[in-house]
Order: sequence, then C-alpha cells, then structure tokens
Amino acid sequence: MYDFAYHKPGSVADAVKLLADPDAKAISGGHTLLPALKHRLNKPSALVDLSGIAELRGIKRVGNAIVIGALTRHVEVANSAEVAAAIPALAYMASLIGDVQVRNRGTLGGSVANNDPAADYPAAVLGLGATVHTSSRKIAADDFFQGMFTTAMEAGEILTAVEFPIVDKAGYAKMRNPASRYVMAGVFVSKSGGAVRVAVNGAGPCVFRQAAMEAALAANWSPDAVAGIKQSAADLNSDIHGSAEYRAHLVGVMAKRAVAAAG
Amino acid sequence: MPQVTLTVNGQTHTQEVEGRTLLVELLREKLRLTGTHVGCDTSQCGACVVDINGESVKSCTTLAVMANGANVTTIEGLAAADGTLHAMQEAFREYHALQCGFCTPGMVMSAIDLVNKHPNGITEQQIREGLEGNLCRCTGYHNIVRAIAAAADVMHGKRTEIARAAE
Repeated sequence: MYDFAYHKPGSVADAVKLLADPDAKAISGGHTLLPALKHRLNKPSALVDLSGIAELRGIKRVGNAIVIGALTRHVEVANSAEVAAAIPALAYMASLIGDVQVRNRGTLGGSVANNDPAADYPAAVLGLGATVHTSSRKIAADDFFQGMFTTAMEAGEILTAVEFPIVDKAGYAKMRNPASRYVMAGVFVSKSGGAVRVAVNGAGPCVFRQAAMEAALAANWSPDAVAGIKQSAADLNSDIHGSAEYRAHLVGVMAKRAVAAAG
Repeated sequence: MPQVTLTVNGQTHTQEVEGRTLLVELLREKLRLTGTHVGCDTSQCGACVVDINGESVKSCTTLAVMANGANVTTIEGLAAADGTLHAMQEAFREYHALQCGFCTPGMVMSAIDLVNKHPNGITEQQIREGLEGNLCRCTGYHNIVRAIAAAADVMHGKRTEIARAAE
C-alpha cells in the first residue's frame, strides 16, 4: 500500500472540502478500498475517514420509506427490527453480505458508492427503486448505477443516505462462489401496487433491470411466470468462476427463488 | 505521522504510525503481540481476527488510525493473569480443534464473539454459518464446531466443565 495523508472530518461539509482534492478518497468500513489499496490499484493522496460524522449514521422510517445513513454497517441493517418489519428482504440481503467480520465493518454507503458488480446492495437499491441521497442532490436508482464501479456521483460528492420505499413484497436470492463468497448471480425483486422491479447483480458488469421478467411478473406474480424467460448471456461476465451462459441460467433460477421468497 | 492511542488487552498504548499502517501491523510489529496472524491478507481467511469494542474484526483490513480510541482484545488477552485459559481456548484444546494452529487465534476470537452474540444458546448450524469468515485448512472444522458448542455451554452456564467427560 502506498502511504497517504489521513483526515477524519466531523461533518459532511468538512469532508466535502477535503474531497475537493481529486486524488483524495473517502473511506468508511474500508472493506473494499483497503484490499484495492493493498494491490496498489489506487494511489490516493489522502484518505478522508467519514466514520466520525454522526449525521451519516442510523436507520429511520420517514413516511412510507426506510432511510438508512451511509455509515450504517451491514450488521446494523441485518439486525434492525425496523427494517425487518418494513422491508424484510432488505434485512435478509444485508445478513448475507460477506461474512460476520465484513458485516461488522462494511457500510451501505461504501457498497453503493463503489458499485462493485458482485456487491449485494446495488441489487436492493435498484430492485426497490430507492433514491440515493448525496451531499448535493437526490438521485433515482435508475440513474445512479452507470457501469462497472461507476455511478452518477461526481468527484467530491459524498453519498449520505439511501431512501428505500416500503413495498408490498420483495425478495432476494443469490448464488455465491463457494470460495470467495462473491455473488455469481443474484436477483432482487419487488412489487408495489402494479409496479414490479427485477434487478440482477453479479452476473453482468453492472447491476441491471430485467425488463422481460418485470413484464411477466406484473401480469402474474409467481415463480412460474419467470420460469420460461431466458436471460441473454450476451453482455454477462465470463471468468474462471463461471461462463456467461452459466450466469444467464443462474439469473433465471435466482429470479424464481427471489419471487418465491417474496411470497 | 498520525498518532494512535488505543487500549490493547487492558493496557493503553500511544504510537506514531503511518496512515497506511494496518491494525495487525501495529499489533504484531510495534506491540509484539504476534498471536494475531496474517494469513491471506485479503480479508477472507480470518487468521487476523481481533475484538474491537465488542465485535470481531479482521485486523488486516483495518487501519491502525481507524482504531484510535478503541478497546482491542487479542488472543493474548483472553487467559487469566494466572494462566487459566478462557473457556474457548480450553475447549479448543480439549476437543482437538486445531492441527497446525495457524488459524486458531482468529477462530477463537471469532468464536467468542459468535457465542456472545447468541446469549440464549447457539445451534450447530449457527456455529457453522458464523465461522464463514474463518478458514481452516487442516481440521475439516468438525472438532472446531464441537469445541465452540462445548465452550458456549460453559459460557452460558449450562455446564461447568469443558472436559469431554462432562458431555
């Protein structure tokens, strides 16, 4: 790891000032950034540790939504009675991230802002049609995730919270690589009135919505409705862990399981 | 260089570190607490697990500066001053839950956190799932799971002795 300056601001405003330096990077749990730094994939001039900013912590219900602060750790979402009551699939998703120690440190903000293709949170954000709050604006999930490790956020912008709408039904299912535990393919489904969303993570370079499955589930909300729909392998990932065709097959299987889990 | 003050096994230390110094490097190289191991260095194997403020954490993926002000317990901090082992250590010995021993400090630290997070008792399934972040290449895990179940019974007051004869 290259060395860097270390800052720990006490407010979002101070953090934004420090992150005006284009070579500075924000850190919270560090469970994605530190492994990348160890590989010298990155050479930040400074790390801006957000963990001292109290306003970025916590889970609260606001109207018909659950708003989760960026610094909220996965273990807190997984164990939250409030999340479990409002959007049980979201608590379940958080309980499956990494392992116990990763969940003890990793945060919502880090996972969403990083947009790793194999991360879990992007599937929940897109699958629930959540709204991402940053230090300067609010961004709809459909506009937020733009490509592998790429989001709509600009340099110096800090993710502050995510607002998850409370839906009628939601479910998540994923197939993990048995060694690394990263997602090979995952599907997050939700239904709110007539609106159905199906978000796929792990399979492609970036989380995406599966329009054909959404249409089928809007007409008939059941695992059988997605059984006949083939996911194209054209734009999916192929690597030593699995071919694009295998991942495409997994998308169908995970979609059925996610709908079954949603009930 | 940044300064870090933290309490390790009840003793307060103040150290100057580089920003990039990992917590495990501070523990092993500056404080000479070499019971905490570095296995994979990619936050997967769990040999480096320590307790920070009551939670198990991978110290190879935590910056020392981020542990400023924290209360850290390592494997060296578990036994009593007279050398009496913690119930979890005793159980690992009694149930032959280690072979080469490399993963053992991290296993023991994770296991204690796991049992503490299940105050009303823990099932075999919960133990196996709770060890997801700790890899062992020798034992096949069975004896580790048995040891943790036995230690959990002692830690929860359901049985008084670790000895297998008490089963």
